[in-house]
Amino acid sequence: MTDIDGAIEVETLHMTMRFGAFTALDDCSIHIKPGSFHALLGENGAGKSTLVKCMMGFYHATSGEMLVNRKEARIADPKAAHTLGLGMVYQHFTLVPSLTAAENLVISREDAPQVINWRAERAALQAFMAKMPFQVPLDQPVRALAAGEKQKLEILKQLYLGRRFLILDEPTSVLTPDEADEVLGHVRKLCEDGIISVLMITHKFREVTAYADEVSVLRRGKLVGSGKVSDLTHADMAAMMMGDATLAEPGERTGGAGAPVLQVQGVRAQDRSGHKGIEIANLTVHAGEIVGIAGISGNGQMELMEILTGQRALLSGQVLVQGAPYGASRKEAFSNRVRYLPEEPLQNACAPRMSVTENIAFRSFDVHDGSKRFWLSPRDMRDRAANLVSAFKVKTASLDSPVQSLSGGNVQRAVLARELSGEVDLLVISNPCFGLDFSAVSEIRARIMSARNKNAAILLMSEDLDEIMELSDRVLVMSEGRIAHDTPIAEADIATIGHYMGGHA
Amino acid sequence: MENDLGLWVIPLAILGGAIRVSTPFLFVSLGEVLTERSGRINLGLEGTLVFGAMSGYAIAYLTGSPWLGVLAAALGGAFFGLTHGLICSLPRVNDIAVGIAIMILGMGLAFYFGKPYVQPVAPDLPSINFGWWSDVPQVKAALRVNVLFLIGAALAFGMWWMFRATKVGLIVRVVGDSTDAARAMGLRPALIRTLATAAGGAFAGVGGAYLSLFYPGSWNEGISSGQGLMAVALVIFARWNPIACFGAALLFGGAGALGPTLQSVGISEGYYLFFAAPYVLTLGVLIATSSPSRAMTGAPGELSITK
Repeated sequence: MTDIDGAIEVETLHMTMRFGAFTALDDCSIHIKPGSFHALLGENGAGKSTLVKCMMGFYHATSGEMLVNRKEARIADPKAAHTLGLGMVYQHFTLVPSLTAAENLVISREDAPQVINWRAERAALQAFMAKMPFQVPLDQPVRALAAGEKQKLEILKQLYLGRRFLILDEPTSVLTPDEADEVLGHVRKLCEDGIISVLMITHKFREVTAYADEVSVLRRGKLVGSGKVSDLTHADMAAMMMGDATLAEPGERTGGAGAPVLQVQGVRAQDRSGHKGIEIANLTVHAGEIVGIAGISGNGQMELMEILTGQRALLSGQVLVQGAPYGASRKEAFSNRVRYLPEEPLQNACAPRMSVTENIAFRSFDVHDGSKRFWLSPRDMRDRAANLVSAFKVKTASLDSPVQSLSGGNVQRAVLARELSGEVDLLVISNPCFGLDFSAVSEIRARIMSARNKNAAILLMSEDLDEIMELSDRVLVMSEGRIAHDTPIAEADIATIGHYMGGHA
Repeated sequence: MENDLGLWVIPLAILGGAIRVSTPFLFVSLGEVLTERSGRINLGLEGTLVFGAMSGYAIAYLTGSPWLGVLAAALGGAFFGLTHGLICSLPRVNDIAVGIAIMILGMGLAFYFGKPYVQPVAPDLPSINFGWWSDVPQVKAALRVNVLFLIGAALAFGMWWMFRATKVGLIVRVVGDSTDAARAMGLRPALIRTLATAAGGAFAGVGGAYLSLFYPGSWNEGISSGQGLMAVALVIFARWNPIACFGAALLFGGAGALGPTLQSVGISEGYYLFFAAPYVLTLGVLIATSSPSRAMTGAPGELSITK
């Protein structure tokens, strides 16, 4: 532990970072006062992570300087940042899953002893924990901790290491609303007590208004606005983030639910770890309806997707499509017009090294006028791909480029083009907008809505509660492998849903 | 049988055999545990084992000291491990493929350099007689325990302690479980993996020296019969726990002793089938511990087979 005491003041002055001809960060000056909770807003690619990486010494800024406690600081590498008391909590946990919390804390220390005297270390850890506003169990492997506990442990680890200025990179992206409130509440308390200052990267306005004192907004590498949170509304902040870009509105909802298309009845299966079971007593999706499944990742959504795509064996129960048992073979999917959009489509729905044309042809390459064909027709494949690429605005260098060379949003569009072309009766989607920027997100959501309006039955699994609330006609909550809650959208209440997501209700 | 032990000879011989046969399994699997806990697989340990057997035998013969032979085998093994580790540190290199190449290289080099040592007789490693209290020759034979077996047992417990309560042990586990976390901590995963792989190779080399210097106690080209590969299965069975490796090595050793035991009590028909017992056990273990729908528990997160 270092001997730095109390919150640190950090200021960047005219910081600029260029990668070749591309300016990722342009003359950015922000000031984080000691003990303040400062939010950093911006879209994907706005330069937020470039800025914090410069502050932490992962990058060396092309020009500009940084002040730590009003003294100029040259930060050569992350170690130098650590010695100054600067620390960062990454978006993805950097705890080691198989080590216990205590082992994680001790081994992260620079001066960890060669032979660890666990009795002494444990006493020291308990003394440290007693001074903290929140605790985590020390003896369980981190793997067994809930996401909120892990996030708390990450923050405790920074304090344990003596860091007094923390950068939090989207700290609540994997937490339930309740967990997020708890963690951020504790962080705010630490700031108010003058123990730390915080710079939090986020794009959730609600968290900015509820917890932060000040906010800075980046757009295309430039600081476009900053100020006290109390002086700004959500609309002000959104306007700063978006600039003059316009968004595609999700289409109007037309028509109501029709006949049941997908029925999952009394299904039991094992989950990935083999310790917990998946149990879906009854799940029905009707034509012309979007059923949204909310839930924290790891509560069985992935397994449910695998059940529906035939990748996971059932212990009992059945899946029916249009009233007939459905085994998810290619033939059944084709005749029932079932389509899938799994999460991380590059890995789960594409052959990454095959071309855009070939990937788009996966559903249709062996079919011609409704019958099977043996010889492929490269020209038909190409024409079809060309049509879909332009209809779905897929940006690709050429139709022959490998699909892995496309950006995330364009891979998503290409897969959506393949899956939504022709008539669709049932569409199963998982996290369609994860990691995409605003304009791609709104376009993809509009496509999903228009498929619904064309009478497709849609099952949407998403960790993004806003997405569920925006698109769904009916909201379910999945928790510990079960459907814990089922409500029409008109009666859906974020707080109640949050409780069910956390498994509390 | 002159002492009227009757069928008791069989379990007794299996116990003795287990102690005798298990030592190479124990050393190779400890080496593999260390390597895999750091996040890498080394299938080349079979080749390392054979090379260790050859180099250990040759040096023991040339110097007259079996312990110098063991040292030479350990150095040779460390060299092979280091080679494997360095090659695998290069980008886009698959550790399974490199491991197979190292295995074949190790065996090839051992056969090439080992030709002159097939005939000569090297000194044996010493063993301790724990059966002094008994008059029964079978008991005496079963309890003649080699020093390397005891060292291996001590190392198993030592390694368990190392993973739990030393900085080095925790660092190896960190690197094996999450490269990202290791980087965030300022560790260099490639370097640590390479060192762990080299140390693991040294263990396998010592296992080889045991083969040629104690049991069966001579150098020939068919000396290993796949122990190095079976040890990989054994590590999975032992869930990457060094102490469990010790138990599993005894089990495999016992299975390996089944054939010779039955032969010695005069069962002449079909005993060859029992020579296959360790291989059947390997298959059985792999099938029993596999699951199409479950992730492996206890497996280091960075291992290429579990990703």
